[in-house]
Amino acid sequence: MTGTPKIRLRGLTKAFGGKPVLNGVDLDVGKGESVVIIGGSGTGKSVTLKCILGLLEPDSGSIEVDGQQLVGASADALRRARAKFGMLFQGAALFDSLSVIDNVAFGLVQGHGQSQAAARRIALDKLASVGLDKSVGELFPSELSGGMQKRVGLARAIATEPDIIFFDEPTTGLDPIMADIINDLIMKCVRDLGATAVSITHDMVSARKISDRIAMLYGGKLIWTGPTAQIDGSGNDYVEQFIHGRAEGPIKMQLRAS
Amino acid sequence: MNPLAYTGRGVIDLFAVIGRLSVFTAQAFSHAFRPPFYPRMVRRQLWEVGYRSLPVVGLTALFTGMVLALQSYTGFSRFSAGGESAIATIVVLSITRELGPVLAGLMIAGRVGASMAAELGTMRVTEQIDALATLSTNPYKYLITPRVVAGLITVPLLVVVADIIGVMGGYFIAVGVLGFNGSLYIRNTLGTLETHDVLSGLLKAAVFGVIVTVLGCYHGFNSGRGAQGVGSATTNAVVSASILILLSNYFLTQVLFAP
Ligand SMILES: Nc1ncnc2c1ncn2[C@@H]1O[C@H](COP(=O)(O)OP(=O)(O)O)[C@@H](O)[C@H]1O
Ligand SMILES: [Mg+2]
Repeated sequence: MTGTPKIRLRGLTKAFGGKPVLNGVDLDVGKGESVVIIGGSGTGKSVTLKCILGLLEPDSGSIEVDGQQLVGASADALRRARAKFGMLFQGAALFDSLSVIDNVAFGLVQGHGQSQAAARRIALDKLASVGLDKSVGELFPSELSGGMQKRVGLARAIATEPDIIFFDEPTTGLDPIMADIINDLIMKCVRDLGATAVSITHDMVSARKISDRIAMLYGGKLIWTGPTAQIDGSGNDYVEQFIHGRAEGPIKMQLRAS
Repeated sequence: MNPLAYTGRGVIDLFAVIGRLSVFTAQAFSHAFRPPFYPRMVRRQLWEVGYRSLPVVGLTALFTGMVLALQSYTGFSRFSAGGESAIATIVVLSITRELGPVLAGLMIAGRVGASMAAELGTMRVTEQIDALATLSTNPYKYLITPRVVAGLITVPLLVVVADIIGVMGGYFIAVGVLGFNGSLYIRNTLGTLETHDVLSGLLKAAVFGVIVTVLGCYHGFNSGRGAQGVGSATTNAVVSASILILLSNYFLTQVLFAP
C-alpha cells in the first residue's frame, strides 16, 4: 500500500447502553482495494460501517477518509465526505413508497441536483448494468424478490458513482446461484468504477471471491487481517474455526442479541 | 431501590424527554426555512393528513353536535320550558371552543399519529432512514418537516369543517327531532357566536396538529428494533399525543379565556 489509505480507522470504540460492541478497531483500506470483514452475527460488523458513514457516532477513536478526520468534523464536512460513499444495506433498504427507478435515481436528484429526467436516464443505465430491464423500473420494491431487491439496492448504491462502496451482507438469504450472480455484479461494478470496497459477509465462498484482503472481527477488535490467499494458513484458531464453520473452538457464541 | 432515588430518576428522565422533544420540534421547524425544500413531500402529507382525515373528523363532529342538542334539551326541559336559544348557544360554543378542536385532535392522533409512527418506525427498522442519509438527504428535512408542516396547516382547516358540521348536527336534531323553529335556531347560533370563539378553537387546532405530528414522527424516528419496537412506537405516539392534547387544551383555555 502506498500513499494515504482511502480509509484509516484507529482505536474505534462504540458501546450501546454500557455494552461494548467495538473495542478498538484498527483498519487501513487502500485505494481501489476490496476488503471483506468476516465475523459472527452481532459482533459489530454493521456498526463499524455505520460509524464510518457517520450514521452512528463512535465513542472514541479516529476515522480518516482520504486523510481527512471525520470524527468531530463539521456537519458540512461530513456531508461532503458522505457523498463519496455508496452503501448496499443488509436488507436492501429500498424506499417502499417509491418505484424502483425513483429509488435508483434518488441520490442523483436529491444529492446531486440533477433533473428528474436526466436522473432517470442514468438510473435505467444502472439498472441495465445489474441485469434489470426497463419494465422493472416501474415496479415497487415490495413486488420484487429478495435477490431482485439486492440488485436494485446495488444499482442505487452505484448510481452516483461513489469512490467507496460498502456492502453489508450482500448475499445473505439468497440461493447459491443468485448469490454468485450478486458477487459477480459487485466485482464488475467495483471494477468499472475503480472504487474502493468494504464488504461484510459470513459466507466464505463470497468472501474469497470478492476480496483482496480479509479481516476478522471478534470481541470488538479485528483479530486477524491478511491477504485472501493467506487465510487458509492464518494460524489463528479463531479464523480457522470460523472459515471451517466448526462448532468446537475458541469462539463463544453470543447468547443475547443486545 | 430507594424511593427517593426512584422519584429523582423519574423526574430526570421526564426532563430528558422534554428536552429531546423540544430539540426535535425546533429542528423540524428550522428545516422548514432552509433549502432544499421538498414540496412534493409536503403536498403528499397535506393530502394524507388533511383530506383523508375528513370522513373521521366530519363524522365525529356530526354526532357530537347531535348529541349535544339532545342532551342540552333533556337537561333544560327539567327546569324551564322553551330552551331553544340555550340549545343553539350550547351547541355552537361547545363545538367551536372545545369539542371541535379536541375531538378532531384526538381522532387525528389515532389516525395520523399512529400511521406516522408506524411508517417512520418501519423505515427506521428496515434502515431506510440510514439509506436516506447515505444518499445525501437529511432525514429530518425530508421526512419530518413536511409532516409537521402538514399538521400545522391542515388540522385548523379540518376544525373549520368540524365546526360547521357539528353545528349542522345540532340543527338537525333541534329542528328535525325536537321540532324547534329552524330560522330562529340559526339566528340564535349566529347571535351568540363571536370571532374569538372560532379563532381560539383554530389556534388550539394548530397546536394539536403540531403535537400529533411531532410525537408521531418522534416515536417512529426513534423506534426500537423489530416489529415490537414499531408496535410500541405506535402506541406511545397515540397515547402521548392524546394526553398532551388534553393537557395543553386545559392551559390554552385558561390563557385564551382568562376571566
Ligand atoms: N442502534 C443500536 N442500538 C443498540 N444496539 C445496537 C444498535 N445497533 C447495533 N446494536 C448492537 O450492536 C451489536 C452489533 O450489531 P451489528 O453491527 O448489527 O452486528 P453484525 O456484526 O451482525 O452486523 C449487536 O449486539 C446489536 O444488538
Ligand atoms: Mg449486520
